[in-house]
Amino acid sequence: MGFRGDAALALGALALFLGLEFAGLRSPALVDFAIRFATFGLLALSLNLLIGSAGLVSFGHAAYFGMGAYSFGLLMQTGAWSIPAAIIVAIAATALLALAVGALCVRLSEIYFAFLTLAFQMLLHSLILSWIGLTGGDQGLMGGIPKPAFLGIDLARQDHLAGFSIACLVFSAVALRQIIRSPFGAALRMLRDNPDRAAFVGLSVFRYRLAAFVIAGSFAGLSGVLMSLYVSGAFPSFAFWAQSGEVIFMIMLGGVTVFLGPLVGTAIFLLLNDWITALTEHHGLFLGAILLVIVLGFRKGLLDFAVEHWRARKGTTP
Amino acid sequence: MDLIELGECVTSLSCVVTQMAAGLTIGMLLFLVASGLTLIFGVLGLVNFAHGSLYMMGAYFALAAYGPTGSFVLAVVAGVLGAALLGLFFERFLLSRIYGQDVLMQLLVCYAVILILDDAVKIIWGADFRNMGVPDEFRHPPFIIGGGIVPYFYAILFGITALIAVVLAWGMGRTRFGRIVRAAAINPGMVGALGINTTVIYAAVFAIGAGLAGAAGALSAPIRSVVPGAGVSILIESFIVTVIGGMGSIGGALAASLILGLTRSFGSIGFPLFVEGAMFLIMALVLILRPSGLGGRRG
Repeated sequence: MGFRGDAALALGALALFLGLEFAGLRSPALVDFAIRFATFGLLALSLNLLIGSAGLVSFGHAAYFGMGAYSFGLLMQTGAWSIPAAIIVAIAATALLALAVGALCVRLSEIYFAFLTLAFQMLLHSLILSWIGLTGGDQGLMGGIPKPAFLGIDLARQDHLAGFSIACLVFSAVALRQIIRSPFGAALRMLRDNPDRAAFVGLSVFRYRLAAFVIAGSFAGLSGVLMSLYVSGAFPSFAFWAQSGEVIFMIMLGGVTVFLGPLVGTAIFLLLNDWITALTEHHGLFLGAILLVIVLGFRKGLLDFAVEHWRARKGTTP
Repeated sequence: MDLIELGECVTSLSCVVTQMAAGLTIGMLLFLVASGLTLIFGVLGLVNFAHGSLYMMGAYFALAAYGPTGSFVLAVVAGVLGAALLGLFFERFLLSRIYGQDVLMQLLVCYAVILILDDAVKIIWGADFRNMGVPDEFRHPPFIIGGGIVPYFYAILFGITALIAVVLAWGMGRTRFGRIVRAAAINPGMVGALGINTTVIYAAVFAIGAGLAGAAGALSAPIRSVVPGAGVSILIESFIVTVIGGMGSIGGALAASLILGLTRSFGSIGFPLFVEGAMFLIMALVLILRPSGLGGRRG
């Protein structure tokens, strides 16, 4: 299935969602879930470009989520920007941050990479906390974010926002799928599996990894924009390490080898989280225990596990 | 930015002494955590992202022991032993199952443990800030050196941490156990072939690393507030220490910890909002100029 197949499937999914929504199936709970699913699903998909395709385990991906949210929120609060323009500038700002951090981190070995991305994320987090004049410190970006309507889309309405978020997710997913399938994506997988050999045949390990880092950061920035639209603000917790941990958790729930795995993981995580939060206030205890069972029991994501099991039963190898 | 104030401080002996005392004490406490992290990495090839949680547990164990007994010595012993036992449990039952697997697995297991420990602490001791307060036996007037103030308890802390550092260096450098550990870091297969049980060595190293983190947590309980999630900031600082000092290098970790401690104490006068930024700046410079760190092996 090529680009056309993907695009047709994606547009079909989008049309189905919009059709259902405007046919009257818009209970607040469902609309709310759709927005959160689109936001975190996009974040998980973008991180999986790094973890699944490039083999770069970033533990600081929420930095770009937070950066997208804060830059978009700050731009909109000036009142001088339209939403599409602010989104583009917020993504560009996030890409710049990813470029700076990536340039320092992608040369490093796996373990260094994981904890340096985490360290730079915590630097951003502490900057947000201490630069109170700009960011509002630990109170977050208060006062709401104005959402002027554009092209007949009024994002102040939750149902419009849900449609917009799902559309962003669908277009980003198609774009990411194309990136992964392109020669660039193939090069990333080669770098993941055998960096020495890739360097030997003349690929610049640094440039390819940096490009992947910036692309993943930019999509995370878009996801941050959706988040700030959803909560009408931006909070330091967006850039906290726990947010990065959550996204990795989502990817792990779904699986890293299947393209749509992170989306499945996101849906499972959100449902699980809602359910556990309703049940108990100690949701860290339960989520941690579930994660341990999955990591130590299955040793891979649920979808990875299912796909492997299915292939083994059919007796075929990919 | 109060760079003028910093300039005034650096030129006056009393201010230098005061800030040096605070900076070196903070640095030594950081060294205890970071040396455990780097030791575990050097031998087990594993980054313990939950190391900060062991620090936090050390502080809580110390609080729990200090409450009924009122003895700071017992509190520290409880912190060290509690964290070491917890580390042993963590290594034997969780981490040992994922040896040889990729970083993602290590990360996820540690993340799960952080979530569980943070919540466990909330359930057992509550979510509020707690503070041990400086124990009565250490409430003495500060030393005055060259007009600068060195709090009595800081001097005690510095002495204890320096003693631990010396014992650690001696243990790693001069004893049979230390030689085995260093050999296992380089070639575990050969060490195993020589009839030494590497599983026991791994568990022991992890327990020692965890105990060091617990010691730091227990020792700093009187001067820092103890709160769920307290481990994260010290974890990040330990990462910075390992990058500056070089992964697996105890000497490098000592130098880097003291540099960061002094950056923190002098920085809080000159650029209070940029202290963390300054630490990262030092780290970025080391990464660019000498990627293997101050004490790390090249390559």
